[in-house]
Amino acid sequence: MSEPTVILDALAIQRALTRMAHEIAERNEPGTEVALIGIPLGGDHLATRLAKILSGIWNRPIPTGILDVTMHRDDLDQRVAPTMHPTDIPFDVTGRIIVLVDDVLFSGRTTRAAMDALNDFGRPKKIQLAVLIDRGHRELPIRADFIGKNVPTALDEKISLRLTEAGAAQDEVVLKKK
Amino acid sequence: MSWTKKHLLDIESLTAEEIVTVLDTARGFKAVGERAIKKVPALRGKTVVNLFVEPSTRTRTSFELAATRLSADIVNFSAEASSFKKGETLKDTALNLQALNADFIVIRHSASGAPHFLSRVLDAHVINAGDGAHEHPTQALLDTFTIREKKGRIAGLNVTILGDILYSRVARSDIWALTKLGAHVTLCGPSTLVPKTFEQMGCRVTYDMDEAIRDADIINLLRIQHERQRKTMFPSIGEYAQLFGLNKARLAKTRPDAIIMHPGPINRGVEIDSELADSPRSVILEQVTNGLAVRMAVLYLINGGKAPPDAAKG
Repeated sequence: MSEPTVILDALAIQRALTRMAHEIAERNEPGTEVALIGIPLGGDHLATRLAKILSGIWNRPIPTGILDVTMHRDDLDQRVAPTMHPTDIPFDVTGRIIVLVDDVLFSGRTTRAAMDALNDFGRPKKIQLAVLIDRGHRELPIRADFIGKNVPTALDEKISLRLTEAGAAQDEVVLKKK
Repeated sequence: MSWTKKHLLDIESLTAEEIVTVLDTARGFKAVGERAIKKVPALRGKTVVNLFVEPSTRTRTSFELAATRLSADIVNFSAEASSFKKGETLKDTALNLQALNADFIVIRHSASGAPHFLSRVLDAHVINAGDGAHEHPTQALLDTFTIREKKGRIAGLNVTILGDILYSRVARSDIWALTKLGAHVTLCGPSTLVPKTFEQMGCRVTYDMDEAIRDADIINLLRIQHERQRKTMFPSIGEYAQLFGLNKARLAKTRPDAIIMHPGPINRGVEIDSELADSPRSVILEQVTNGLAVRMAVLYLINGGKAPPDAAKG
């Protein structure tokens, strides 16, 4: 088994998030109602951190929520029932530009489930996708709008993330063989 | 946390971790029930059959709504209108339902062990919705859910269950669930309905109502089941109400934060004064709301469960 490789350390994660926040600001006009929704586990912390940077750029608070996608997964028949996470969207999604935030984009199935789940809360004007890592191997026609880092991977590799809500020196993204 | 069981047959065979998994999952489903769109697609395309060989309104309705909210299709099959009247056996009825590709059978039956029997002869997931005086697992799960929600914990709480314990499947399931999670359970009622043998389940048995509820955090009242007992178990309903009914004077001598529970249907004026059933101390209607979330959680979890490979088919 080969040694785990650190793809991003704490500093690189913060730099990537800062760039992504600027890209979100560039893509969406200042007057638009942008809200961030993180997909647990992983995406919720990132959404909070992105929102903090983005609110610094736009000088106003950015609505942030959490969306659990478990009920909308397409593999519920093939596995032990996955753990549900809380959903908390304290604003109306209808008419807003919703940026879905996830840690790793892989098959695209979680994103598909998230778009379905979001529909139950209203009709966003647009849905965009921000991910810290895009590791390829898509199984659906889905792509991210904002990417922290593209990491070509083999299927037998695993990406693990250590992330904190506030950001800490120990944060890192690691690639290892399964 | 994970759930691997294919059926929900009783509480006795569950671990404390499995009970907590159901409660945690139910918390998520309770939140789903508070949304504008209360339906999720987790069981889309699945068929649930409510096989109620004994009458029930609230449990059946609760399962029906739970299945609907999970996007499953549901069929109600009741004894009155069924072929049981024509002499068909339970096994044949169940096999016929399975032949219609039912994925889940929710069964209520007057015979203890009927769900266990079905789980051995069917491929479908089986959920016990009450079997004789044996168990009523989803009621115990919703009771523990309600207690945990109200008190923040189960371990260390004093729970007093009052009334007809002998004939109560709710009492048996509650005792299993609560003791597994570390609560102190006290049973009280007429000695004919609360035999001392229940102490073997890890409970305390007393026949003094005031003493039983004095230090209780939870007062769980059970319905006197006229249909299940012979008339000789206690002299009269009036005497029962006087000795074991919860009234204002008795409640005044309990802890001010003790809550009142009842699985329903209530006999107002027998086990509880009408006024108390509607008081802020009573969580009886919240139990009903929580029951829906718990039943969604059970359907969701067992959908992902498989029978152990060595399970013998009977």
